[in-house]
Amino acid sequence: MDATPFLALSAILFTIGSVGVLTRRNAIVVFMCVELMLNASNLALVTFSRVHGNLEGQVAAFFVMVVAAAEVVVGLAIIMTIFRTRRSASVDDASLLKY
Amino acid sequence: MFAFWVLAPVMVLAALGILVVRKAVHAALLLAVVMVSLAILYAVQDAPFLFAVQIIVYTGAILMLFLFVLMLVGVDAADSVVETIRAQRLMATVVGLALGLLLVVGVSQVTIGTVVGLEAQNRSGNIEGLAALLFSKYILAFEATSALLITAAIGAMVLAHRERLTPKVTQADLVAQRMRDYADHGKHLGPLPSPGVYARHNAVDTPALLPDGTPAETSVSRILVARGSVRSAPTLADDVEVVTAQLSTDGEIRPGAPGEQAAPAEGEDA
Repeated sequence: MDATPFLALSAILFTIGSVGVLTRRNAIVVFMCVELMLNASNLALVTFSRVHGNLEGQVAAFFVMVVAAAEVVVGLAIIMTIFRTRRSASVDDASLLKY
Repeated sequence: MFAFWVLAPVMVLAALGILVVRKAVHAALLLAVVMVSLAILYAVQDAPFLFAVQIIVYTGAILMLFLFVLMLVGVDAADSVVETIRAQRLMATVVGLALGLLLVVGVSQVTIGTVVGLEAQNRSGNIEGLAALLFSKYILAFEATSALLITAAIGAMVLAHRERLTPKVTQADLVAQRMRDYADHGKHLGPLPSPGVYARHNAVDTPALLPDGTPAETSVSRILVARGSVRSAPTLADDVEVVTAQLSTDGEIRPGAPGEQAAPAEGEDA
């Protein structure tokens, strides 16, 4: 089983995630796209783990999942706090520090 | 490899869908498709533990959290199409295409060598192999993640916590407020009318009819009104005559059938 298609899929998913972060306005959807990028990198880690024949890549993917879980918890709490004060989940509305 | 060629187009389409769908809930569902497909790709690549963790942690916990926050923030919080920076969408797409092209070309140019495979590593079990690594070589990182998880939990609690700024409204306060409203503005003191006095439709989205045949605005929840899912009472009464005609044929068998009670309401309506 060749490894290159898996890596190409990982690259494509990462690209889609990054385009989503750049284009979407809803903070929650932006966050989902970040998750998509993390997942894409996980796929690459698991693939390389198989290529090299050791489990360290899978351990790394596991750590990425743990950090992603922690990040989601804090990120969503921040989004909720911003929504509570500004009544909006758009990333463009929270621009007070710009001025 | 069969699983890959089946799942890869599905995953790419679902991921592209996240970029274009208007509602955040749809994006979450498409993300679930991508994540479950990824889990299957992990299983294909000799990673059964990550397969389980992907489904439990990502599709189970993280996506549920996303949906939960979506419900709190408001499901109908659709994306605005107004661009803050001019031509940002176009530029982002061009840059994204360039990045994707670069990555894919780079990946396909690299010689990866022969795939060793994990048969030797997984011989005594994938989970045992991972545990042996996790609790020896990566023990420090593993302990650090426990600190990270606790910090994240406390951080989320602190961020989501809200101090009460006004005293809690008691039932006595509510009664006094209602009395004051009645005295000042003559606001009706009793309970609101219940929806759907039609014998055939007593659903909460059907407004009650006033004696003059107009629908009573206060009888339906204002959330339903805001969503625009309130049924129009007069149109519901349109087929009453048809139903009464049907019922009158077997009316002798079933006296007091619902259609007969609806008929007077129709008469008032006309």
